[in-house]
Amino acid sequence: MVKNDVKVLGAWPSPYVMRPRIALNIKSVNYEFLEETFGSKSELLLQSNPVHKKIPVLIHGDKPICESMIIVEYIDEVWTSGPSILPSDPYDRAIQRFWAAYVDEKWFAAMKGLRSAQGEERKAFLDQVTEGLALLEEAFGKCSKGKAFFGGDRIGLLDIAFGSFLGWLKVTEKLNGVKLLDEAKTPGLVKWAERFCADAAVKSVMPETEKLLEFSKVLAAKMKGAPPPKN
Amino acid sequence: MAEEVLVFGAWGSPFSRRVEMALKLKGIEYKYIEEDITNKSPSLLKYNPVHKKIPVLVHNGKPVAESLVILEYIDETWKDSPILSKDPYERANARFWAKFIDEKCLSAIFKACLGEDKEHEKALEEASELLQFLENELKEKRYFGGETVGLLDIAANIIGYWLGVLEEASGAELLTREKFPKLCNWANEFVSVSAIKENLPPREKLIAYMRNRFGVGTTSK
Repeated sequence: MVKNDVKVLGAWPSPYVMRPRIALNIKSVNYEFLEETFGSKSELLLQSNPVHKKIPVLIHGDKPICESMIIVEYIDEVWTSGPSILPSDPYDRAIQRFWAAYVDEKWFAAMKGLRSAQGEERKAFLDQVTEGLALLEEAFGKCSKGKAFFGGDRIGLLDIAFGSFLGWLKVTEKLNGVKLLDEAKTPGLVKWAERFCADAAVKSVMPETEKLLEFSKVLAAKMKGAPPPKN
Repeated sequence: MAEEVLVFGAWGSPFSRRVEMALKLKGIEYKYIEEDITNKSPSLLKYNPVHKKIPVLVHNGKPVAESLVILEYIDETWKDSPILSKDPYERANARFWAKFIDEKCLSAIFKACLGEDKEHEKALEEASELLQFLENELKEKRYFGGETVGLLDIAANIIGYWLGVLEEASGAELLTREKFPKLCNWANEFVSVSAIKENLPPREKLIAYMRNRFGVGTTSK
C-alpha cells in the first residue's frame, strides 16, 4: 500500500485530530499528516469538508471522511487485521458510543464553557465538569471490568474519545487552579489517564501540556474582541 | 429465552419514532411505553439516569439510550433487513449525514419556522443551505439508503414528515418542491413505506400540539 494513500488533515493542538491519529497508530497504518495553519483553511480542507470546513479529515485514496468519531469507526472497519477499536458485542458497542457522545455533547461543552466564563457562570460550568467526571468514573468501572482501559486490555473507542481531551483537561486545571482528576474522587480515571498517555499509540500525538498552555494563550489573545468560538 | 424489547417514547417525538421505525422495518416485536415528558416515570429515570430522556430501548433488561446509538444497536442485533451498508465508506457517509441532521438541521429548521420576524429571512436562508446539502446527497436515489430505507432515511424522518407538519402549523415555507424537488419526492416515498407510515403521529394531532407548544398559527403576524 502506497504511503500517501492515507492522509490526515489536522492541527497538533486539536483533541479531535488526535483521535484518528491514535486509531491509525493502533492499526499500524502509515499516514501523511498535513498540518493546517492556525487561522486559515487550506484549499484541500475546504474541498474535502465543504459542509463543516473543519479538521480532522481523513483522506483515504481519494475519499474524504469527516467527523472525528466517524473517522475512528471507519478506520476500525477498514483495517480489520489490526486490533479492534470497538468491542464485538452490540451492547458493549452501544455503551461505548453512548459515552463517547456524552463526552462530546455534554462534558466537553461544559469544559469549553469554563474557558471564558466568569463568576457564577464559571462555578456552574465547573460543577457540570466535575459531575461529568464522576459519571465517567462510574462508567470506567463498568466498562473496564477491572482492566486497564474503557476498552478492556487495550485502548478502545471510548478511551480515544475521552482520552484525547486529557491535554486540555490539564491546561484547564492549571488555568483555573483546580484539580479535576483527583485521586480521592476519581481514582480509576487518574490511573487510566496515566496509562492512556503512556500508550504507544497515544504518546507521539499527545501534545505536551506546556505547549498547549502556550497555545491556549495565543488562542485567547486571538479570541479577544472576536465573536465567541462556534464549534 | 423469550426476548423482551421495550421502547420508552413520546407519541410526537421524531426521535422515539426512529426507534420504532427501525424495529418495524426488521419485524421485531416490542412493547411501547408512552412517557409523559412533563412527568417522567421512575422506569425512565432508572433506564436513562444520565439524560433522563426518551427514547430508550430496553432489550432483555439492558437499556440503550440516544436514538442514533439505538439505531446502530438494532442493526447489529437483528441482522435481517439491514439499515446500514456493509461498505465502510457508505457507513461513514450515512453516519455523517445523520449527525449533520441532528446537530445542524434541527435547530435551523426550528428557527426558520418559528423565529422572530427580523431573524426570519436569515434563518430561512440558513436552513435552505443545509437542506440543499441533503438534496444534493440524494442524487438519483429513491432513498438515502439506495433501494431500501436505511439509517439515514430514518434519521431524516424529521425532514420527511415533521418539517411538513411544522410548516403547516406555523405557516412557514421551507421545503418547497421548487427548491427541493428530490427531497420532496423522497419525503413522499419515505412516508409511503408501511413500516414508516404505521409509525407517524397523526397529522392533525401533531399540528395542534405544535401550535399549542410553540404558540404559532393562532395569532396573525
